[in-house]
Amino acid sequence: MSTEHDSTEHDNAGHDSAGQDNPYDLLGDDHDDGHRWAFGTGFTDPLEGVDTTVRADVDRDALARYCLALGDDALIYSHRLQQWVTRMPELEEETAIANIALDLLGQARMLLARAGGILGRTEDQLAFFREDKDFRNVRLAEYEDRDFAELVGRLLIFSTWRLALFEALSSSPDPVLAAIAVKGVKELTYHRDYAARWVVRLGDGTPLSHERMQNALTAIWPLFGELFVPEKDAQTAVPPGTAALAGAVDAVIDTVLATACLDRPGGVALAGVSGRAGRDGVHTEAMGYILAELQSLARAHPDATW
Amino acid sequence: MVTQPAAASAQARELAAYAAAAATPDPELPMLTVADLGILRAVTVTGEQVVVTITPTYSGCPAMREISADISGRLNRAGYRDAAVRLQLAPAWSSDWITAAGRLKLAEAGIAPPAAAPRHSGPIPLTLGRAPGPACPRCGSAQTQHTAEFSATACRSLHRCQECGEPFEAVKAL
Repeated sequence: MSTEHDSTEHDNAGHDSAGQDNPYDLLGDDHDDGHRWAFGTGFTDPLEGVDTTVRADVDRDALARYCLALGDDALIYSHRLQQWVTRMPELEEETAIANIALDLLGQARMLLARAGGILGRTEDQLAFFREDKDFRNVRLAEYEDRDFAELVGRLLIFSTWRLALFEALSSSPDPVLAAIAVKGVKELTYHRDYAARWVVRLGDGTPLSHERMQNALTAIWPLFGELFVPEKDAQTAVPPGTAALAGAVDAVIDTVLATACLDRPGGVALAGVSGRAGRDGVHTEAMGYILAELQSLARAHPDATW
Repeated sequence: MVTQPAAASAQARELAAYAAAAATPDPELPMLTVADLGILRAVTVTGEQVVVTITPTYSGCPAMREISADISGRLNRAGYRDAAVRLQLAPAWSSDWITAAGRLKLAEAGIAPPAAAPRHSGPIPLTLGRAPGPACPRCGSAQTQHTAEFSATACRSLHRCQECGEPFEAVKAL
């Protein structure tokens, strides 16, 4: 808190008539011109001061659509992880999941701000006032983990894919997207290692943990293929190509599965609707419930400030 | 530090503005200033305006707004009425940017300073094992174990010393 750094600034705040500190009085004080990180606080631009000019040779609409898709992946996935907070088996895993969710939320904020800057909307408007058909996240992001094995299995797939994608995006012709990707790569490396270690620990653990880890992968696998559907809006200087991206992801996943004594599940990919899926705004039933929880406060109090 | 802006030369004013901004503590690692942490990238004075450039440690670092407001307030109190704080994303922050003085302050506060940040050419390798952990900042023992890769904030991990038995945090190499 800023108050800890300069107590002289708030000589009168937080002292009752007896001159004693009363921390509850401090809660209502405005210490820094109303800037607090929450909906409705005016803290709306995570790219403040960043040069957001779009280069002339970059397709503005495609860039906005692409940043929206990557931002939605992170926003929805982060929300799913946040739902695990207070439900994790150990405090250490609780902080891990909360930190990973926070990293993804940070990525989401910058990506939605990048898209919103082009579309003329703020990150809050994009996060809280769109309907499910306007969200572009892959369906893997919205999947509801039913146990810890599904949580780490899904995180392994998501972070392995997103890390490979962000490595390629580090040379994006859009300097803002490239900078977001470079930062993201560092974070996603930690996420992938965390998930991979847990998959190995469970897969190569007891017969029960092995069975549940294998079942988890089987349950998630139908959502894997959608990650490699060609993306016409892709914004890489050197597009990795769908096959190359899938190859890079497969190499990592197969290494983890082999170390964990787990089998790579077969089975068919979850079908879309007339070939349309998450990127086209066609989601699973879970999406409506996520948005109801994510957006209800902002929608109930659209003009709220605090 | 509080020189009269109008009376000082342009260079001296820039140095004074830098000193005012550089003294801002990090809210989550309050023993470090933004300069120690390496997130203060530039301070420029143009006429009456001061522009401070900072970079986030992690994408989701919730301290950025606090830091930004604190820097503005400090500059205002140092006599710079027109102070703006801007973000810079590239080059991305690395824990290698924590200064020698910053590392010393971390160790004194019982937080192990970060190891050298990993550098890669080509795809980032998967790390299923763990590199040896940092030495215990309390007793100096190298016999430490990882408790968790993630701690109370995004930038720290959790460890335990097997020699003195104390838990401690380390700043993650990034």
